Amino acid sequence: MLAALLRIAALARKELLALLKDRRARNSLLLPPILQTLIFGYAATYDLNHVPYAVLNQDGGAASRELIAGFDGSGIFDRVGNLDRPAQIRSFIDDRRALIAIQIGSDFGRKLDSGQPANVQMIADGRDSNTAATALGYASAVVDAFNTTWRDSHGLPGPAVTVDERSWFNPNLETRWTMIPGMIGTLTLLQTLLLTAMSVAREREEGTFDQLLVTPFRPLEIMAGKAAPCILIGLIQATGVLLVAQLWFHIPFAGSFFTLYAGMGCFVLASVGLGLLVSAFSYTMQQAMLYSFLMIMPFSMLSGLTTPIGNMPPALRYFTYLNPLRYAVDIAQRVYLEGTGFIQLMPDIWPLAIMALVTLGAASWIFHNRLQ
Amino acid sequence: MSEDRSSSSRSQVRAKMRRVATLIKKETRQMMRDPASIAIGVVLPVILILLFGFGLSLDVKNVPVAVVLEDTSPDALNLLASFQLSPYFEPQVVRSMPAAEELVRDRAVDGIVRIPPNFARRVAAGDAKVQIIAYGSDANRSRIIEGYAEGAVASWMSSEAAQGRDVTGAGPVVVQSRLWFNAASDSHYFLVPGLIVLVMTLIGAFLTAMVVAREWERGTFEALFVTPVRSGEILLGKTIPYFGLGMIGLTLCVLSARFLFHVPLRGSLWVLLCASMLYVLVGLGIGLLISSAVKNQLVASQLTMLATFMPAFMLSGFLFDLRSMPTAVRAITYLLPARYYVALLQTVFLVGDTWRVLIPNAAALLVMLGCIGLLSRLIMHKRLA
Repeated sequence: MLAALLRIAALARKELLALLKDRRARNSLLLPPILQTLIFGYAATYDLNHVPYAVLNQDGGAASRELIAGFDGSGIFDRVGNLDRPAQIRSFIDDRRALIAIQIGSDFGRKLDSGQPANVQMIADGRDSNTAATALGYASAVVDAFNTTWRDSHGLPGPAVTVDERSWFNPNLETRWTMIPGMIGTLTLLQTLLLTAMSVAREREEGTFDQLLVTPFRPLEIMAGKAAPCILIGLIQATGVLLVAQLWFHIPFAGSFFTLYAGMGCFVLASVGLGLLVSAFSYTMQQAMLYSFLMIMPFSMLSGLTTPIGNMPPALRYFTYLNPLRYAVDIAQRVYLEGTGFIQLMPDIWPLAIMALVTLGAASWIFHNRLQ
Repeated sequence: MSEDRSSSSRSQVRAKMRRVATLIKKETRQMMRDPASIAIGVVLPVILILLFGFGLSLDVKNVPVAVVLEDTSPDALNLLASFQLSPYFEPQVVRSMPAAEELVRDRAVDGIVRIPPNFARRVAAGDAKVQIIAYGSDANRSRIIEGYAEGAVASWMSSEAAQGRDVTGAGPVVVQSRLWFNAASDSHYFLVPGLIVLVMTLIGAFLTAMVVAREWERGTFEALFVTPVRSGEILLGKTIPYFGLGMIGLTLCVLSARFLFHVPLRGSLWVLLCASMLYVLVGLGIGLLISSAVKNQLVASQLTMLATFMPAFMLSGFLFDLRSMPTAVRAITYLLPARYYVALLQTVFLVGDTWRVLIPNAAALLVMLGCIGLLSRLIMHKRLA
């Protein structure tokens, strides 16, 4: 037993050395996850801070100018054009110069003064309907603010029911707070799966795997020795992303590190198991890469990070129960933002533990029976 | 003399054509026999199309919310009915805040609507409040849910006002919004063109990078150079079969966009075709360049992922708005071909042949193609020497 452990340790050491001795390989382990977190932290956001808009003010009165001033003063809307004719709206929207066109009719001021509802038309570029809907939401907020001031200054009663909005765990509803904790899982899966699959496939392609098999190592020990460095590197990469989230983006961490690492540990084990399975079926690095890619793709798209799982059709929703990333994203987000405890996360942790057991078990069976 | 020269140059051209044709034949055969190429070129696009088309959707409907009913007056019940009738919500009635909080913590609901005690009395007094608490861990969804919840409250108020009740409903200024090009706000309309960009990136850049890197690794590329074939001809012979594979992928995508997901094609097909050919060529060039520069499958695949596929997903403007990114990140996006292709596709599909958008974006792709062509010629020559 002790001899076996020593052999595994020796092999793991050799694997780590092989991985870290090449500068390019070393860089490709740590740099991409950190770089990706940084870029995606800035880029992967549904929040808008720059909405170009064009305005067609057919009224021109003081009230309409005040409304437009509200847009200009919002810090989000940038006026890119003052239009004279409705026909110009088409060219501003079609040419992507403006995301929103605001049309204030000629009876705007008159209606307001007489206490009738005054309409404002807003036309949004629906090429990206999600962005457009967000921009329209911001625009409605500007109009709401105008309404409140107008009511106050004209002694009108407020609406009978006001809506008081709050959001838990992410008070300003910043997409970044949702995305970056989710990236901990996504990037870790991408790297560990690929790394594990390639490390065995490389030896098989280069023929050194047969050399390993004639050493006193038993196949199971080879597997463990291959898996250990990958698990270690996976956890280090997850830590790297976690550090960027906290130290660079200052997203407050609400949970306990123990819970997070317990969840991530199970997740890394499951992804290493998947990687070993992939490598058992591939004879070349290219095949290993391809199969990993074929797995990572659906896993990351159906993880619930970019689009909600609740929106998927039932068949795909059932598929997500087999997706380790689904649980990892959930664990990372909930521990990070909500401070959810270990017990409450059990529904996420036990599927991962089972997946780790099944994949590692299947891989070791294959290593034991097929690769000799 | 001159006749001689022209006939010899003509035979030279003919020999060149023959060499290229032979190369293409060889590459095509190699491609067809390689399961990896078929997997990336055909299987992966089909999987992506199905995943995107059926799996991804940003549309919000039937959101489970907990409605905390602390008042049982007709007003409160009517407001509840307004949530029940809304296609966006699936309310679950609870009696106390702690019960609702527990539902949120178990992720059984995505938000809480709280109708406080004395709601009816406060409505009569004109200062009632409804509290909406969104589950902020999914920021985008929460924001949309908040918007719809406000809509449900507003629709209740206006229906009360319509029944002649004295409640001040909508504000003095009412927003009437319209979404052009996608009136029903169907997220497939922008996800499917984005999907085409991803598939073309995979086939163009990723596949070429992997295949050519493998050839460098195994030394079969150098073996080609010692034959009488010129480096330009090798380039041509390599690109044409993969270009063909790209066109097959494109056909699959466009057909499924039209007939499976019913995304309208408002521009002309040939513009779509030209733009896609341009983009695939740029992608092929990048794949060739990267693989020739690093000559290692692992590094080449990682680099192409990092330089083409990830940006096509995150930095191309198909999912996240480019205008809202910080200046430094936005500057990077100008160097990415995917950005221009997304603009081209979204416009051709949803708007039409709007030349003022199409021409600058196509021109940017052309310039990139020129630069990449020059660079890869240079690298090939250097590698030969």
